[in-house]
Amino acid sequence: MTSNGAADVMVRVEGLRKSYGTVEAVRGVSLDVHRGQVVVVIGPSGCGKSTFLRCINLLETPSAGTLRVGDRTIDFGTPPADKGHAMPRGRDLARFRARIGMVFQQFDLFPHMTALGNVMSGPVIVKKVREAEAETIARNLLAKVGLANFTARFPRELSGGQQQRVAIARAMAMEPELMLFDEVTSALDPELVGEVLDVMKELALEGTTMIVVTHEMAFARDVADHVVVMDQGQVVEQGVAAEVLLQPKNARTVSFLSRFHSTIGERKA
Amino acid sequence: MAYKWDFGLIFSYANFWAKGLGITLAYSVGTVLGGLIIGVICGMLLLYKRKWLTLPIHFYVELFRCTPLLVQIVWFYYALPIVLSVELPAWLAAGLGLTLYMGAFATEIFRGGIISIDKGQWQAARALGMTNGEMMRNIILPQAIKRMVPPFVNQSIIQLKNTSLLYVVAVPDLMYTGSIVVSDTFRPLEVYTSVAAMYFAILYPLTLWAKRMEAKVDQ
Ligand SMILES: Nc1ncnc2c1ncn2[C@@H]1O[C@H](COP(=O)(O)OP(=O)(O)OP(=O)(O)O)[C@@H](O)[C@H]1O
Ligand SMILES: [Mg+2]
Repeated sequence: MTSNGAADVMVRVEGLRKSYGTVEAVRGVSLDVHRGQVVVVIGPSGCGKSTFLRCINLLETPSAGTLRVGDRTIDFGTPPADKGHAMPRGRDLARFRARIGMVFQQFDLFPHMTALGNVMSGPVIVKKVREAEAETIARNLLAKVGLANFTARFPRELSGGQQQRVAIARAMAMEPELMLFDEVTSALDPELVGEVLDVMKELALEGTTMIVVTHEMAFARDVADHVVVMDQGQVVEQGVAAEVLLQPKNARTVSFLSRFHSTIGERKA
Repeated sequence: MAYKWDFGLIFSYANFWAKGLGITLAYSVGTVLGGLIIGVICGMLLLYKRKWLTLPIHFYVELFRCTPLLVQIVWFYYALPIVLSVELPAWLAAGLGLTLYMGAFATEIFRGGIISIDKGQWQAARALGMTNGEMMRNIILPQAIKRMVPPFVNQSIIQLKNTSLLYVVAVPDLMYTGSIVVSDTFRPLEVYTSVAAMYFAILYPLTLWAKRMEAKVDQ
């Protein structure tokens, strides 16, 4: 967790900004994510967590700052000195995104495909992997998320928790270097939250590099290597999970966390 | 003074009717297909949010949606040849009006179908690394087309009715055929009742079919 040199840094964000018209949703965020690290981002509603995450896989185009994912560096705002650092477009942009998996709050499975079809879609459509090969990959991943018997179901025939596990498998099928999770349990009935968090814990244990936006403080406490607290578009505090969550130094962190103290204080399971 | 119905007279013009019906169907199918092609092209172009591209298309769509079709047909028949200083054959002038009219509605149907797809679908496809083409072909269009079919079928049904306006530029469709038979037989009651019955016989099953399909898409 201490810096192991630049080679180990999977994602480096520097001075990232994103504005929508006059609203500045992200106001100068810097963050390093190391290979295999789990970073949890917390903060009050509307503080820019989703926007920040969506800037990392370029679903949003940042207004300023620098982003490095793997060996690819991109400068935003001022015209970059190095031509290779320009915002990618077209096929190049698609390739950049293909290396990063993302899971959304609303699952966003493709309703005209079965669970198997959803998980195969990335390898087949993007990577042009042969159907038979993609099917093997997809079946293995669905089994891994506990859905071996649900491969032929359409999304509407699955519970929210099952749909979200399919969505995780769909992202993992691309063998991403980095996974982004945006409040993936917020739309779920409370009794279904656990099954999704369990899958995420397993990915974390396998060494998947993850950035997780969540309100699940127990998950943050148990799984995160690093916690980032955002407020009003900025990082107000970050550090080792236990320190940030249990001994926050920033006043705004303290007030935000006060709502969760019962959860954080629980004993580890 | 009971009116003496005589439908026998109508049947003696069977060949005539067949031709008129054929022309009505040919115009319906032809202008619907033409309109579909226009709709797909213009609808696709509208997705590129470039003003110089979308502005003319919106202008075209609104122009044809906000003027009566009858005026359009008459304009294409009488006015367009003056603008182009070439004589357009009646069948072409009338067909052009009908096709562009259908195209305007088809454009809206196509665009409406595409933008009705939830933004989550677009972001999920992009996040997986799909290019715009891959996303359109595999994710957006398969879902959108299902939603476009019912309004498109409904518009096609309206289009079939609208072909009766060809009457005013003397294209011998079903309606115009009727007027000729009337001038021959002086039997407007039987003739125009038969004309109405023939339109109904085609359109009613189509309407039922469209309703069934709509219900299927809704589920
Ligand atoms: N497409 C957009 N257009 C305009 N403003 C936006 C857009 N997306 C986000 N914003 C604004 O940017 C700010 C940050 O939004 P964001 O969704 O990133 O917050 P968040 O931390 O994810 O909130 P939540 O916890 O509710 O999901 C908000 O003020 C929001 O209104
Ligand atoms: Mg959010």
